[in-house]
Amino acid sequence: MSDIASNMDLNCEGLNCPLPILKTKKAVDSLQSGEVLKMTATDPGSINDMASWAKRTGNELVSHTEQAGVHTFFIRKK
Amino acid sequence: MAETKKLAIIASQGTLDWAYPPFILASTAAAMDMEAVIFFTFYGLPLLKKEIDAKVAPHTNPAMPMKMPFGSKEFQSYNWPIPNFISGNVPGFDSMATSLMKETFKKKGVATIEQLRGMCQEFGVRFIACQMTMEVFGFEKEEFIEGVEYGGAATFLEYAADANISLFI
Repeated sequence: MSDIASNMDLNCEGLNCPLPILKTKKAVDSLQSGEVLKMTATDPGSINDMASWAKRTGNELVSHTEQAGVHTFFIRKK
Repeated sequence: MAETKKLAIIASQGTLDWAYPPFILASTAAAMDMEAVIFFTFYGLPLLKKEIDAKVAPHTNPAMPMKMPFGSKEFQSYNWPIPNFISGNVPGFDSMATSLMKETFKKKGVATIEQLRGMCQEFGVRFIACQMTMEVFGFEKEEFIEGVEYGGAATFLEYAADANISLFI
């Protein structure tokens, strides 16, 4: 599940709420509309938090996968 | 898109544990494209000082788990039964508990208060210092970080009247 190309990678592994969301926001701000951010996190709370963040901000959560406790999110900037 | 949502928070507590919720919620709200204001009053006011020296006071929080940030997983999970007369009377107990909490937070990847406060400012969260509390407790503007607004109850309420979420912390 890595057929989505990302314009930027953000590693939030080891960080806890709300840092993955805050860092994602900063990263997405630096992208152009339509570009994709790949974010990885180990905080299990980030699954629901990323979905809520995307819903509220209008950015698209393209996919979420999990492998060995590491969550990978692809976000397309609106 | 729908109109911008607004978050209004009153931060009235200055211990390390109570310092977290206002900054976490305000920074996250801003990250979710909301407007956010924190009104700092009474014991919350020192959170605007350049150097934050917030501590935890375990004897005021009887339900607070006392845990160690080092050792085996079992050791770290153990909840130390510290009687209230010790946590409330032993000199330096609060400082020790504060160090342990900061160390635990660091190991768990939790941001520091300074870091969250900085991100709030970066994201445009407005900080309002209660002018009356400043007079009462003798705080000077020079002690506080840059970018703080000053006002009273009416200043906060004018904003909060249109807020979607209002919290007293």
